Amino acid sequence: MKILVAYKRVVDYNVRIQVKPDGSGVITDGVKLSANPFDEIALEEALRLREKGIASEVVIATIAPADAQPHLRNGLAMGANRAIHVVADAAVQPLTAARVLHRLVEKEQPGLVILGKQAIDDDASQTGQMLATLWGRPQATFASKVEVAEGRATVVREVDAGLETLEVELPAVITTDLRLNEPRFIKLPDIMKAKSKPIETVPLAELGVESGDLLRYTRYAPPPARSRGVMVKDVPELVAALKSRGLL
Amino acid sequence: MSKILIIAEHLDGRLNPATAKCVSAAQAIGGEIHVAVLAADPSGPAAEAARLEGVAKVLAVANPANAHPIAQVLAPQVARLAEGCSHVLGPSTTFGKDLMPCVAALLGTAQVSDVMAVEGPHVFRRPIYAGNAIVTVEAPADRPVVATVRTASWPAAGEGGAATVETVAVDAPLPAHTRFIELKQGKSDRPDLQSAARVVSGGRGVGSAENFALIHALADKLGAAVGASRAAVDAGYVPNELQVGQTGKIIAPELYIAVGISGAIQHLTGIKDAGTIVAINKDPDAPIFEVADIGLVGDLFQVVPELTRAL
Ligand SMILES: Cc1cc2nc3c(=O)[nH]c(=O)nc-3n(C[C@H](O)[C@H](O)[C@H](O)COP(=O)(O)OP(=O)(O)OC[C@H]3O[C@@H](n4cnc5c(N)ncnc54)[C@H](O)[C@@H]3O)c2cc1C
Ligand SMILES: Nc1ncnc2c1ncn2[C@@H]1O[C@H](COP(=O)(O)O)[C@@H](O)[C@H]1O
Repeated sequence: MKILVAYKRVVDYNVRIQVKPDGSGVITDGVKLSANPFDEIALEEALRLREKGIASEVVIATIAPADAQPHLRNGLAMGANRAIHVVADAAVQPLTAARVLHRLVEKEQPGLVILGKQAIDDDASQTGQMLATLWGRPQATFASKVEVAEGRATVVREVDAGLETLEVELPAVITTDLRLNEPRFIKLPDIMKAKSKPIETVPLAELGVESGDLLRYTRYAPPPARSRGVMVKDVPELVAALKSRGLL
Repeated sequence: MSKILIIAEHLDGRLNPATAKCVSAAQAIGGEIHVAVLAADPSGPAAEAARLEGVAKVLAVANPANAHPIAQVLAPQVARLAEGCSHVLGPSTTFGKDLMPCVAALLGTAQVSDVMAVEGPHVFRRPIYAGNAIVTVEAPADRPVVATVRTASWPAAGEGGAATVETVAVDAPLPAHTRFIELKQGKSDRPDLQSAARVVSGGRGVGSAENFALIHALADKLGAAVGASRAAVDAGYVPNELQVGQTGKIIAPELYIAVGISGAIQHLTGIKDAGTIVAINKDPDAPIFEVADIGLVGDLFQVVPELTRAL
């Protein structure tokens, strides 16, 4: 079985994002970029399934500008067999990403597609669900445990009420939650090895995908600031402060 | 005029409070508001939805296939119900996040996630980058708007309504590729984290599952729900459904008490809309104090029992 992993590059989660003074966007110049944390977890899960002998090949795919090659090299160093780079001039919205991934799925025929539950830049949490719908296959989102056997995946999902278990027929789409696994660190020799692994580049336009970039982002603003509060020195003062606010 | 369809969330025959918050967002859009309840037996949640102020009609869709909320089973039915609607809304809970993008894909449109404010029928504000930026989004006017509603940003609609409940049959082919096995719910007599007026959360500083008894005792004194940071959940002190933050629950209680939580950006995203934030932490430089309305530097093992006794 082949596993396709959607592997997006985003602003690193440690960066405190700033809005441009003119409200036209956020400042991304010179900001550290990394793999979306959920996508690293997706790749790790795929690699573990390969190590267990359940998967035979792990392919990572990204839709990103031409300078994203080092990002894909990282995924290859982590252990993916090969990469597909759909080259887009600008960031694409989830519906476009899902349509592109659907196109790759038609070509690659994977038994499983693993995506992150959300990209931490747009925080949309849509692409995996849209892909499953376009593909007409089952989805198990927000996975914290995955077992694959006999053409099925049993997936434990983190839902608001607790933990839900679904059984889905393969091929299927899974999106990862944080507790699914802890991604491995990349070792130096693996970086060397990754240099010879294949990256296929495809210009977005060549895929003939109808754009789903239907939303217009017209203005960016910083979030409303919370004013700095008061410090109290002990519990009686804390109780008094809560009382004065009518909270006790 | 807009015609807005809200997809109700429910569990064990009860309507989830998130639905009433979607009604408030729908009222901000303006138009005729319908609520769809898809269930094996929709009667209970449908009756509750009919009492929500502002709702014109409740559509009850009974189908054994709807016994559990399987997104790929619900989505084709919702897409049928959405015919003629200008907006389809669901809550930005795990239920809505799972389902609504499928609906958008079936309708061939984009989704606006986590609507926190409505500027017009097609113009919304939503948070991105873990809430570090708020973006104004314009959805196309020539197709239905599919959106999830960030529940923490909206009050619940009142309960004085009396909408009609209409039983509707939806004729759509449903897939059989997904089987529900089980739902393990954290059973708790405490208030629900997502709708509680008061929340006490513990972080890594609490140190162990046993020590969480301190947090529970304080919460019980306050009639509060219990929450946690990701670090506390990862360390196994409490179950996952208690996680507050970017990838956990986004909440807006009147009072939030953070105990032994450093205040990472991903955690703060979950509590930005809280009325009063209290932080108890032994590190005076912990970032949580930058957003706390009331801060107390101290050892939680001393402060929390003392506070519990003082209440
Ligand atoms: C993609 C992504 C998503 C994430 N989503 C979330 C999320 O949804 N929610 C979330 O919470 N985190 C999330 N995180 C993790 C987040 O970055 C932090 O790692 C986490 O919030 C830290 O939890 P903490 O504050 O409990 O632990 P720490 O940062 O370790 O802080 C522990 C605090 O306890 C204090 N302390 C220790 N002992 C005592 C004592 N005796 N008395 C008083 N204080 C004491 C310390 O001073 C310290 O400030 C996410 C991370 C990533 C990468
Ligand atoms: N441009 C992209 N390239 C690769 N994967 C993507 C891209 N956009 C979204 N994805 C995948 O879809 C997941 C959810 O993204 P989103 O719906 O934007 O929150 C991500 O975690 C990725 O796995």
